[in-house]
Amino acid sequence: MTTMTLAKALNAGLRQAMEDDPKVVVMGEDVGALGGVFRITDGLQKDFGDARVIDTPLAESGIVGTAVGLAMRGYRPVVEIQFDGFVYPAYDQIVCQVAKIHFRSRGKVRVPMVIRIPFGGGIGAVEHHSESPEAQFVHTPGLKVVACSNPADAYAMIQQAVHSDDPVVFLEPKRLYHSTKAEVDESAPPAPLWQSRVVRPGADATLVAYGPTVSTCLDAATVAAEEGRSLEVIDLRTLSPLDLVPVVESVRRTGRLVVVHEAHVTLGVGAEIAARVTEECFHSLEAPVLRVGGFDTPYPPARIEEDFLPDLDRILDAVDRTFGF
Amino acid sequence: MTDPVFGPAPEQTPEPELVQLLTPEGERVHHPGFDVDFTADELRGFYRDMTLVRRLDVEATALQRHGELGLWAQLLGQEAAQIGAGRALAPQDFVFPTYREHGVAWCRGVDPVRLLALFRGVDQGDWDPDEHNFGLYTIVIGAQTLHATGYAMGIQRDGLVGTGDPERDTAVVAHFGDGASSQGDVNEAFVFAASFNAPVVFFCQNNQWAISEPFERQSRIPLYRRSQGFGFPGIRVDGNDVLATYAVTKAALQRARDGQGPILIEAYTYRMGAHTTTDDPTRYRLSDDVEHWKLKDPIARLEVYLRRNGLADDAFLAEVAAEADALGERMRRECHALPDPSTHDLWDVVHAEKTAELAAQQAEYDAHAATFEEARR
Repeated sequence: MTTMTLAKALNAGLRQAMEDDPKVVVMGEDVGALGGVFRITDGLQKDFGDARVIDTPLAESGIVGTAVGLAMRGYRPVVEIQFDGFVYPAYDQIVCQVAKIHFRSRGKVRVPMVIRIPFGGGIGAVEHHSESPEAQFVHTPGLKVVACSNPADAYAMIQQAVHSDDPVVFLEPKRLYHSTKAEVDESAPPAPLWQSRVVRPGADATLVAYGPTVSTCLDAATVAAEEGRSLEVIDLRTLSPLDLVPVVESVRRTGRLVVVHEAHVTLGVGAEIAARVTEECFHSLEAPVLRVGGFDTPYPPARIEEDFLPDLDRILDAVDRTFGF
Repeated sequence: MTDPVFGPAPEQTPEPELVQLLTPEGERVHHPGFDVDFTADELRGFYRDMTLVRRLDVEATALQRHGELGLWAQLLGQEAAQIGAGRALAPQDFVFPTYREHGVAWCRGVDPVRLLALFRGVDQGDWDPDEHNFGLYTIVIGAQTLHATGYAMGIQRDGLVGTGDPERDTAVVAHFGDGASSQGDVNEAFVFAASFNAPVVFFCQNNQWAISEPFERQSRIPLYRRSQGFGFPGIRVDGNDVLATYAVTKAALQRARDGQGPILIEAYTYRMGAHTTTDDPTRYRLSDDVEHWKLKDPIARLEVYLRRNGLADDAFLAEVAAEADALGERMRRECHALPDPSTHDLWDVVHAEKTAELAAQQAEYDAHAATFEEARR
């Protein structure tokens, strides 16, 4: 057991993946000597050399596109996109190439690669540094999309993503990188990568979240408990495939569901969850599925980002509303 | 023209030097940088390849006109550029094509019927790249130049550059067109290849037209000079001269295999046909231009050279013509016989590891499809 920040857990997980397989290469802007702007790749170039930890030119499409070529040559590239808002120049490569090559070739060509994206807000950053683009990738067949929310998961999930034969968009909650610390048992068997998990059992209503909003939901559940309401919290962990088995099971018990994410509400992951849970649990629902998320505006200036981000009050308000039906 | 502050503008004239070894009149000329001798068999082989590939193209165009293909991207006029580049490859070299490289595919042993399958809508061009060392056709313009560069970076990491062993040292070719030269991906590929000294040959077939847009809309300078701005050499070759294309590509590949990094070849040619069978080039270009380029026909000039030098007789030419007829007949026959794909299989190839979600959707489709089967009984 070691106590680690989420950033350190990702670093340790990457290091382990590189030790396990000499074909794993890390690439991106500033990932070498600097260790990445968030220091996730800290020390890796020193230990694995610049052929395996590649400081690339500043060109996102180039980073992802060359990673495709490396993957076709038998390598397992782990690509770092510096910030969520910078992924769009690579969008064509991700959506038209990374996602489709396996399908196009009817399985003859695999592109096992991980596209790491620090995502979400709450760090007081300037424009393009706080976005939640996950729905764009979840809406793209051929990609798998996961989001970690805590150091233990981060350590295991990054390794599982690297070992996957499929391309994985790996979302990292950047505001938790250095603020979250927890024990990581490096020898513990990891939870399956493509499964959601109940992180706090409860009986009265269900909260579903992923990435940075999991900890907000756990805080909300603590506050609700003091008020006599038992909230179950589910960490989705995997957005594509979307594992709703624990969610459906939970909603059948609680009858109430609130989905929480930072991304814009309209056509976000929450919309998909609401539709599917309604299909599966129509007769168990005591209230419509509610969503708490970012407004349908571009991400605002940092001085008012707290209003944009789902917080305890907005989550608990939504819970109250589900009890009002 | 020289700006008083910023200096001279890029040179507009004279026309850049074109590496040429065989004139449009079929005269063998020599170039100091590419003093290559060809055997009679090699020359006859070029003729055969170009003739068969032209037939392949004509036959596919006809199949499209008969409704057997949804679309065809014609290569008419570009046979020399493609056969020259294709025959210059070593077996271990790897090619990343765009969607018009039927001649290169031919050189890599991809059955022409596999190309028809893509354009018929039977599959998406799913030959095995590792079997042919020839990647999948890429339709998004220029995207494959980055894949080629990354693949070349992999070859570097595999230690297959500059070892001096001709059977190990490996290069990669990225094909693209003049229109693609405007794409960000192509320019990023140039940056990455130069920065990492990747063993990649960028092979641009400048066929003068990006659908209806003339070359002048893509560049104010000859394309081969673009490489200078990225820090590696570029060269323009007569793309209708199979000997020159072969010689220049062969030298560029060797340079890359030796570890001297990327190079840009601009094969200056002309798309005699349409962009694809949905295009109508009479709307945007002069028939005079087409007539002018007909005089530079890559096959005709080699035929003149072969005949004049006693390297090919009527019997050889008839033999190739008969082979072309047989190829055309086989393409028509096998195109008709291509089986439709199975909808049931779609979900199996989305991922390497199928998800429960997709399995459920597949089962739902199967159950739905089964109701029609029952109704048919």
